[in-house]
Amino acid sequence: MKRALSLAAALAIALAAAPAAGEIKIGFIATFSGPGAALGQDLYDAFMLGIDHAGGKLGGQTVEVIKEDDQLKPEVGVQIARKLIEKDRVQIVTGVIFSNVMMAIHKPITDAGIFFIGSNAGPTPLTGKGCSPYFFSTSWNNDSLHEPMGKLATDLGYKRVYVLAPNYQAGKDAVSGFKRYFKGQVLDEVYTQVNQPDYAAEIAQAVAAKPDAVYVFYPGGMGINFVRQYQQSGLIGKIPLLSTATIDGTTLPALKEAAIGAITASPYSPDLDNPQNKRFVADFRKKYGRTPSWYAAQSYDAAQLLDSALRKVNGSLANKEAFRAALKAADFKSVTGPFRFNTNQFPIRDFYRVDVVKDASGQAAFAVKGTVFKDHADNYSKECALK
Amino acid sequence: MRDARRAFPVVFLGLLALVPVVAHLTGEPYYLTVFSRIMVFGLAALGLNLILGFGGLVSFGHALYLGIGAYAVGILSAHGVTSGFAHLGAALAVGAVAALLIGLVCLRTSGMAFIMITLAFAQMFYFLAVGLRQYGGDDGLSIPARSAFGPLALQDATVLYYVIFALLAATLYVLHRVVHARFGMVLQGCRENERRMIALGFPTLRYKLAAYVASALICVLAGVLLANLTQYASPAYMQWVVSGDLIVMILFGGMGTLLGPVVGAAAIIAIEDVLTAFRLGLPWGIDQVVNAHWMAILGALIIVVVLTLKQGLYGWLVHRAARAG
Amino acid sequence: MTASLLFTQLLNGLQLGILLFLLSSGLTLVFGIMNFVNLAHGSLYMLGAYFAASAFRATGSFLAAGVIAVAATLALGVAVERLALARLYARDHLDQVLTTFGLILIFNEAVRFVWGSAPVYMNVPAALAGTVNLFGLPYPAYRFAIIAVGLAVGLALYVLIHRTRVGMLIRAGAANGPMVAALGVNIRLLNTLVFGLGAALAALAGLMAGPIFAVQPGMGESILILTLVAIVTGGIGSIRGAFYGALLVGVVDTVGRAFLPALLREFLDRALAQAAGPALASMLIYLLMAVVLALRPRGLFPVKRS
Repeated sequence: MKRALSLAAALAIALAAAPAAGEIKIGFIATFSGPGAALGQDLYDAFMLGIDHAGGKLGGQTVEVIKEDDQLKPEVGVQIARKLIEKDRVQIVTGVIFSNVMMAIHKPITDAGIFFIGSNAGPTPLTGKGCSPYFFSTSWNNDSLHEPMGKLATDLGYKRVYVLAPNYQAGKDAVSGFKRYFKGQVLDEVYTQVNQPDYAAEIAQAVAAKPDAVYVFYPGGMGINFVRQYQQSGLIGKIPLLSTATIDGTTLPALKEAAIGAITASPYSPDLDNPQNKRFVADFRKKYGRTPSWYAAQSYDAAQLLDSALRKVNGSLANKEAFRAALKAADFKSVTGPFRFNTNQFPIRDFYRVDVVKDASGQAAFAVKGTVFKDHADNYSKECALK
Repeated sequence: MRDARRAFPVVFLGLLALVPVVAHLTGEPYYLTVFSRIMVFGLAALGLNLILGFGGLVSFGHALYLGIGAYAVGILSAHGVTSGFAHLGAALAVGAVAALLIGLVCLRTSGMAFIMITLAFAQMFYFLAVGLRQYGGDDGLSIPARSAFGPLALQDATVLYYVIFALLAATLYVLHRVVHARFGMVLQGCRENERRMIALGFPTLRYKLAAYVASALICVLAGVLLANLTQYASPAYMQWVVSGDLIVMILFGGMGTLLGPVVGAAAIIAIEDVLTAFRLGLPWGIDQVVNAHWMAILGALIIVVVLTLKQGLYGWLVHRAARAG
Repeated sequence: MTASLLFTQLLNGLQLGILLFLLSSGLTLVFGIMNFVNLAHGSLYMLGAYFAASAFRATGSFLAAGVIAVAATLALGVAVERLALARLYARDHLDQVLTTFGLILIFNEAVRFVWGSAPVYMNVPAALAGTVNLFGLPYPAYRFAIIAVGLAVGLALYVLIHRTRVGMLIRAGAANGPMVAALGVNIRLLNTLVFGLGAALAALAGLMAGPIFAVQPGMGESILILTLVAIVTGGIGSIRGAFYGALLVGVVDTVGRAFLPALLREFLDRALAQAAGPALASMLIYLLMAVVLALRPRGLFPVKRS
């Protein structure tokens, strides 16, 4: 019994350890284990680089970033969101790669009056009716991300397109976004099991349908599997491969020449010609030894956004309305080009055609081939009650 | 030895009962969430242990019942039914029918085949949930408000905590009675030597089926609580990994003991919580390596426990306490 | 649907099945002969793929990469077997499951520590990069290579087990381990040998899968489940069972994915078919396994025991 009492006392002491005061605490939630880990790492590394570039602080205020792994499980996401709110008492949360985690943690975080800067996932409900004054996104709405490729496919003159995506909400959002701007015929929309390794069956079905082009959305490892298998079937030169969020900074190093010739639509490319991007890419490469992905770019923007907004309120979050207005001003230079917030606090931004080409040194690299949309807003902002 | 075995559950439950008090005194409500989660998974592991530890039936598909419980709350809530009695009733009814049918098929097999056929059914339900597009499909669905049980305000974390605690304690008590009653003896007899039990005239299939359904229903209950705790229902609850986690909790804590699974759940979840937030200021960035690769440490701990402790953590604790006198 | 498309899909299924066979053969050997459940088999496959990717990049030769990957994985597998697993042969299956589950966690993190979280690069060897024309549809040459390697392994295992002295001991060990030990055979050595063979087969599967699947941490787990399904359906412990089980799983899975959604669309409305199709296709192999086990608990081709 004595032992039990001392255990209880130890527990009480451990629980009472108070957090340090006088700095801003930022919770960073992303996927750091399992197949999505590389995306989370890019998000985190770029955010930390953003803090470095702002002088090791944000808006002149010292910050503590608390990194948490959601393991791509919504229920774990809820658990760590609660921990950040109740134990670490963060004032700001940022990050989040996957929509299912975002859907699970959005409510507890914004309900607690904590500012939430999403830097990747942008599920449609949060863009429309479910928008929150505390939620800002430096990325996009899930289906507006795919509208540029719909337009581009139309512009390129493709009449018959075969579409594939994973069988989850972001996959369906992708297809509906694509179809909104594609004027031709969608031969078939195929939804495959999430994290399926083998696509031989689907590729054979696609070829048999004789499309003008194939459009896919396969983020992460799924994209590597699909693109490799598509290329090995000798199809990249024959049936153009259009994609969004499939061949990107995190998957290209694993694909290299297998992806050359693929056409993508993207809100970012490392060769975008603006001074802030040149600095970002050069320093990211120097610090981490790889080229930043768009995930990295969005997260770097989140750091820049926080820096600009905290500067406006002199590093104090005491007045939430003032901080919200400061965020909304988006007074920073995005590495992705023109950037401002819509009424639903999602960005109005440009989307580009980005091809995978062989660069001067013979390596596979991204190259911007034009702007598909200028100042593109999502389709749902009018459903959001915010002004 | 005997005293320690008797005292331990009392001390353990007593400590659990004190968690909200400590959490409020120290102003750390987060620990309510952690310990609620520990108890929910402890309850599920307790359920599985009825057939795994006492019946020798290794089900690799009990996450399925966790999912049925969670989805009953999720789907009914999505249709505006907020009554907790309706949630619980529907969950237990669906769970009972599913467990009865699945149990009938699975119990035709034994050993490795039983492990795999239970996995097969769990996977089928997992993909069924993924296919339920109107209920969020692969993403799952969020639950706007917790189940309404008359005057019980589950919305309050402390109330929810004590509800889970009461259910856990009640389940422990009932299982304690059951395993020491004739039913439990027959079940353990089946584990040791089923042929002999048949020869003695016991309808062993009926006993095993009853145990299977009971164990499934405890998991369904845990699922209902899990959905209330996270306010989320997701196919991820039914993934084979979750079934595996439950088995790990049981073996880690001590298979075939009553309290072992709960101790195991507490240990595994506490290890995760401590290692991911491990900040001791050690040199060479060891903290960050531990945070990032905590699963490797968990893996090593599991191996050490299996190789060195025959009766899991619980057996070891009781044994030590008994020796310390 | 044309006949050539159906044929292509059957070939795709066969090829996936053969890739699974490379994994299932090793797993079933270890299970059948040593009565040991090795969940870490998927990790050995992952390590094989990583070793192969690194070696391929360093040497530029796919063959050399194969030799290095198999040798390295074999050495690692034997070391783990000697250090940790050998103590578990006498323990029950659950302890084995738990220990090897712990190993999975350790290997995944070790791989992340060494190679990082991002998938690593590996492409098909230049000689097999092209396609073969199959009734008007292009088919990747590399996939034929997988089929060839798989069949060669199947044949080699058949010869090893049924035509050599070691094979005779392995079969005897599977039928009655203690008796073989009593006859003076070094059962410890035999066990290490079998475990090493299993590890080598896993590495070979990793090598062959490396260029078509993403080489990333955790790549072994999803395929481990498929492999378990294959050996349990086929019958645990027999190479024949592992072979037919893997082919059955590969073909059922592939053909289901290819044609089930289209089939459902014939008599369901489009939106419903789109939702139900993928779900049903994913369930198919588990349904197959459940039916097989319910009717024949020991699988389709169980090993004969005395």
